[in-house]
Amino acid sequence: MQTTHVTTAKTMIVRLKIWRQDSPKDAGRFEEYTMDNVLIDMSFLEMLDELNEKLLKEGKRPVEFESDCREGICGTCSLMISGQAHGPIRGATTCQLYMRSFKSGELITIEPWRARAFPVLRDLVTDRRAFDRIQMAGGYTGAKTGPHADANAMLVPKDLSDRAMDAAACIGCGACVAACPNASASLFTSAKITQLALLPQGHPDRKRRALRMVAQMDKEGFGSCSNLQECEAACPKRISIQNIAIMKQEYLKAAISADYREGLGDADA
Amino acid sequence: MSFELKSGVPEGPLAQKWDKYKADMKLVNPANKRKYTVIVVGTGLAGGSAAASLAELGYNVKSFCIHDSARRAHSIAAQGGINAAKAYPNDGDSVWRLFYDTIKGGDYRSREANVYRLAQNSTSIIDQCVSQGVPFAREYSGELANRSFGGAQVSRTFYARGQTGQQLLLGAYSQLMKEVDKGKVQLFPYHELLDVVMVDGKCRGIITREINTGKVERHAADVVIMATGGYGRVYYLSTNAMNANATAIWRAHRRGAAFGNPCYVQIHPTCIPVSGTHQAKLTLMSESLRNDGRVWVPKKKEDLAKAPSTIPEEDRDYFLERKYPSFGNLVPRDVASRNAKDVCDEGRGVGASGRAVYLDFSAAIKRDGESVVREKYGNLFDMYHEITAENPYKSPMRIYPAVHYTMGGLWVDYSLQTTLPGLFAAGEANFSDHGANRLGASALMQGLSDGYFILPYTITNYLGTHATELLKKVETSHPAFEQAEKQVRDEIARLIANGKKGKRTPNEIFKELGLVTWDYVGMARDDKGLKIAIEKIAKLQHEYDNNMLLNDDQHLNTALQTAQRLGDYLELARLIAQDALHRTESCGGHFRVESQQDGEAKRDDEHFAYAAAWEYKGKGQDAILHKEQLVFENVKPSTRSYK
Repeated sequence: MQTTHVTTAKTMIVRLKIWRQDSPKDAGRFEEYTMDNVLIDMSFLEMLDELNEKLLKEGKRPVEFESDCREGICGTCSLMISGQAHGPIRGATTCQLYMRSFKSGELITIEPWRARAFPVLRDLVTDRRAFDRIQMAGGYTGAKTGPHADANAMLVPKDLSDRAMDAAACIGCGACVAACPNASASLFTSAKITQLALLPQGHPDRKRRALRMVAQMDKEGFGSCSNLQECEAACPKRISIQNIAIMKQEYLKAAISADYREGLGDADA
Repeated sequence: MSFELKSGVPEGPLAQKWDKYKADMKLVNPANKRKYTVIVVGTGLAGGSAAASLAELGYNVKSFCIHDSARRAHSIAAQGGINAAKAYPNDGDSVWRLFYDTIKGGDYRSREANVYRLAQNSTSIIDQCVSQGVPFAREYSGELANRSFGGAQVSRTFYARGQTGQQLLLGAYSQLMKEVDKGKVQLFPYHELLDVVMVDGKCRGIITREINTGKVERHAADVVIMATGGYGRVYYLSTNAMNANATAIWRAHRRGAAFGNPCYVQIHPTCIPVSGTHQAKLTLMSESLRNDGRVWVPKKKEDLAKAPSTIPEEDRDYFLERKYPSFGNLVPRDVASRNAKDVCDEGRGVGASGRAVYLDFSAAIKRDGESVVREKYGNLFDMYHEITAENPYKSPMRIYPAVHYTMGGLWVDYSLQTTLPGLFAAGEANFSDHGANRLGASALMQGLSDGYFILPYTITNYLGTHATELLKKVETSHPAFEQAEKQVRDEIARLIANGKKGKRTPNEIFKELGLVTWDYVGMARDDKGLKIAIEKIAKLQHEYDNNMLLNDDQHLNTALQTAQRLGDYLELARLIAQDALHRTESCGGHFRVESQQDGEAKRDDEHFAYAAAWEYKGKGQDAILHKEQLVFENVKPSTRSYK
């Protein structure tokens, strides 16, 4: 039964400083809130759920924030918590963060992702559709639905497959952009380019992919990579910046390839 | 609006039915394909794969989702794997065996022809996904790896670490984005479906609300596909995502789409137990863990307080291995869940709440070493550690069943069409293939089978069959759109107007609904409890209509979304209880306390070998039951035994 559990859990006081912004056009501001008796076993987002219940009852507008799976895989949640993307725990998303990671009475600042390419829609909700447009530019193989060769017809060495999976683990949350002083989307873009560069299925359109995805990334207004490594530190899936090196290789190889220039030549499209 | 239930299963031998359908279907020539618009609602495995595949055929596709991106649907959270009858391990698997296991696992409450087609399609799905660059787990030989899952004695589950759903979804999403880039798919993110529009007896469009702006819009099409997932959130606490909801299927049901088997709800045995009333959702620990984890509780109640590692082997009750020696820890989910509940009801549950059992990996760690276990399940162990602050490499996990999946959904025929002509339903949103219980690693298979390999044929057949009528375009200025939009706007306005004088938040009422559904319509159901549930739901409905607090804001407003969805859950909860009340047998996930034999669920084929399809008769009214008799020509329903 859901009701039978009697908890002996400890509680804490939470002081919050939260970015509030009514719409993309409005100027934002910080507002402060205090909550007593927050259970330390609560997740960070459950604490915000409680705050919103309280605000609703006080006749105030709740704080808008995004979350969905609440188990760290969908990439929907996205908060800058006291200056760190997804908060203080390495390798975890905001929804996997628990209040036991904070001290009672500590002031916690909550901001949306800050990047020109991710405009704020309301409060802590940003528009990350720029990532979709990077994906659209080439984050796929050409395979169509229909009959294909048997899945075991093409062998893929386990180490390559595992490395491709490491890159494919990206959840598209945008923490890499938020953490980067340049607001670069290199980690996100490189993860997809690397995954498909490592697997034979990605090879036929490999050059086109690298050129188009990088071009789109620039077009969206993301900054360049200066090897600061903040993205890797913030990434909840621990995606390695080695992927960025691979992306640069892939891009260079494609860019200097004459047959590509003459053949397809739509890299800037 | 009434309907006749016609399954539309083709004649002929089981193995040739789908071929026969494809041989007889109407086609649409390439030039005409460009003239048709298909609306696909939802971008999970079923919706994403359907939208991409239909666009590749040449149709104009409008793809809607409630998220900011088509990559976030809850398919992404599926951990363990996807079944396919590839038989790579040479262990006796075949299309027939996958079909048989699925029919049996569903406790003989699904349609033979649909399940057989699913098993046939399973092998193509793996080929498809590999060609997209899905990084499935591989052996050192470079070949694909397999593992076993509940309800099967063969290893037919393909996986990508503990993130199989994510990788398959990203595969479908990438294929979809390729079509967006080509201009064949138009994406509508942040759009929530609030009604379907019927014109001259055919579904010709939808009404949506754009979540980030509050804008209500009309969208016309020639055919509509709903792939909007399940309704597990009706229990409030479940493993479903926060935004997973039943609004789309319920609004279709209100317009006349029959609702199939609503009481078939899957309670997954291996979830992290409830720890307090603040929780918004529960976290699943993949069923694949039962390959290497052993489920047990102490034999003696006095051992409950002891650290598990100090309890000697002879004082542990490995109750699944004891009761089901041939399947052991890999019995199907419904059986595992009920047994966990039983030992907790006996007072042998562990943890602070007494509502948990151990899932112990010490034997596997001893046998294979920690690094092998880490490679297989590392992310799950990490997740467990983060949530509970306990290290599962050192002490056993504590797990308890939680609502996970709904086998019920919109009733569909063999072509996946609902009882509303022109409205199709795919994936978890339909009721089709899992009967009364779904086997592990079969949801991903079904979603992708529907989207990649069934709808591209059946949608074409529908458009080809009704070409004369559908080539006459319907404009969104049509009175049917106007009327539907007005109804949507009026409902929102009423919620907000009532919300000014209400006292209780949508979440408070929602949580209370969750307690009612879990306590009375959960793992064990009986006549008395179900009647109590219906009364309690009526009271909550009254509370919802008269005393719900809401802020007056029609823009991005999560509380308003919750309120809208809750309104549909309340009506749906009532229907689930009504369905559970009428089905006095036990089958699969539906366990009626009155119907058991020797402690096992007892099915009643004489009276209940049918799919229940309910017709909506209005809010607070009893729905009307229609029956689709299930015909078993190829398998003989028998008592499901995993002993």
